[in-house]
Amino acid sequence: MISSRAINKSKPLILLLLLLPSFIWIGMFINGSLGVNPIDILMDELGEMTLRLLVLVLVISSLSQYSNLRSLQNLRRMIGLVAFYYVSLHLISYVFLDHFFNFSFILKDILKRPFITFGFMGFILLLPLVFTSTNNMVKKLTFKVWKKIHYLIYLVILLGIFHFYLLTKADKTEPLIYLGIVIILFFLRIYNKFFSRRVALR
Amino acid sequence: MKKIFSSEITPYSSYINRRKFIQSTAAFSIAFSLPSVLQASHGESPTKFDHQLDEGDKLNSFQEITTYNNFYEFGMGKSDPSEKSSKFKPKPWSINIEGLVNKPFTLNLEDLLSKVTIEDRVYRLRCVEAWSMVIPWQGFPLSKLIEIASPLDTAKFVQFETTYRPEEMPGQKKRILPWPYVEGLRMDEAMHPLALLSTGLYGHELLNQNGAPLRLVVPWKYGFKSIKSIESIRFVDRQPDATWSMLAPREYGFYSNVNNTVHHPRWTQATERRIGEFLRRPTLMYNGYEEEVAHLYKNMDLNLLY
Repeated sequence: MISSRAINKSKPLILLLLLLPSFIWIGMFINGSLGVNPIDILMDELGEMTLRLLVLVLVISSLSQYSNLRSLQNLRRMIGLVAFYYVSLHLISYVFLDHFFNFSFILKDILKRPFITFGFMGFILLLPLVFTSTNNMVKKLTFKVWKKIHYLIYLVILLGIFHFYLLTKADKTEPLIYLGIVIILFFLRIYNKFFSRRVALR
Repeated sequence: MKKIFSSEITPYSSYINRRKFIQSTAAFSIAFSLPSVLQASHGESPTKFDHQLDEGDKLNSFQEITTYNNFYEFGMGKSDPSEKSSKFKPKPWSINIEGLVNKPFTLNLEDLLSKVTIEDRVYRLRCVEAWSMVIPWQGFPLSKLIEIASPLDTAKFVQFETTYRPEEMPGQKKRILPWPYVEGLRMDEAMHPLALLSTGLYGHELLNQNGAPLRLVVPWKYGFKSIKSIESIRFVDRQPDATWSMLAPREYGFYSNVNNTVHHPRWTQATERRIGEFLRRPTLMYNGYEEEVAHLYKNMDLNLLY
């Protein structure tokens, strides 16, 4: 049994650990040690980190279905928001570093490059989750409605994976691994919902 | 195209010395004014290349050219070719001449090199992934090799094949692509004076990551057409298979000429990032070699035959 207190106490440390890669990459970018095409590398790293964190949110949701790991769900919001932080940096580096605010070009890119279209849709659908992430919003919307909105996470992740899949030139194993994990977690969730009461994981 | 004299070839050591000097002075003057990521690591070009450099172009550095590569035989990452190619043995090397020729034969690379004159050629290289470099190659026209091979009149295309050595090329142990890598050109493209077989860059023998010991350079086509570590050259009468175009025919055509109006689903081809520069630059038709090569395609619908 992990206590809520232990989780809450370790939150600042976990937050720092999750943010650390972004500090390292930005530092390497600024001092020129990300290789000869640093913009591409930075965008790739930020994007993949977003996907990993979103999948981590799902893993935590699934694990917190077990009664002795319930307290883990206190981490979900924080990790979700960190994922939003990474995807925002990803988008900023695309708009600023990759295309230097050439918005007419970017708009065309969003409409014409399917991988950008799907990536952008994923970002947009993540926004309602961010805006309704406060306790106040849960109360305002009622938990039932709030929960429905937050099922969007599955769609966001699928769009993210599809974005990754489309931009991969050859050997699509990596995006398919993400997809596999998400599918397993989704069915685990459904199974737990319909076929079992809260049990402890041993 | 400008004429190149073989007497103009500079040994590698003098490039490096000159470049070091230029870089150190340039670095000093801008080190305090710009974050290092924005510093193009190439200084001015050695003067001997000035007449070969087009307006607005600067040479990319040896380091850039040899550490940022697409060569899936060594792995899919850009740094895999430079980091995972040390086992590859480009010497000794021979090339099989096959297909529609008077007599198929195997040509020792050293023998071949004794029959040709090595020239300096500064070319832009435009990757289909929308980045580009400017590279000072050494090599000889592909047409010279075709002359030596003496193909039959029935030969309409040339196919090239990269060596298959999974023990030396770790990327080939995975089926990322159907190995061996193959590419092809139409005969008139192959005979074009710009089509180069390269043996070196910056006066240095080709490193493994750049396609040692012999690679194709076709500057008006996307980089993947410029096949590396060539082991076989086959003359055929119909359009041969080419690896990427087999794998995804709607994304990569057989011709794959640099064309800023035909877009790839993943990359816009209207602009490109020159390695070492921050702002994208517009992509030029046929990568800036329109004047020299456009006639090869004058009756073709480039939207269909991309």
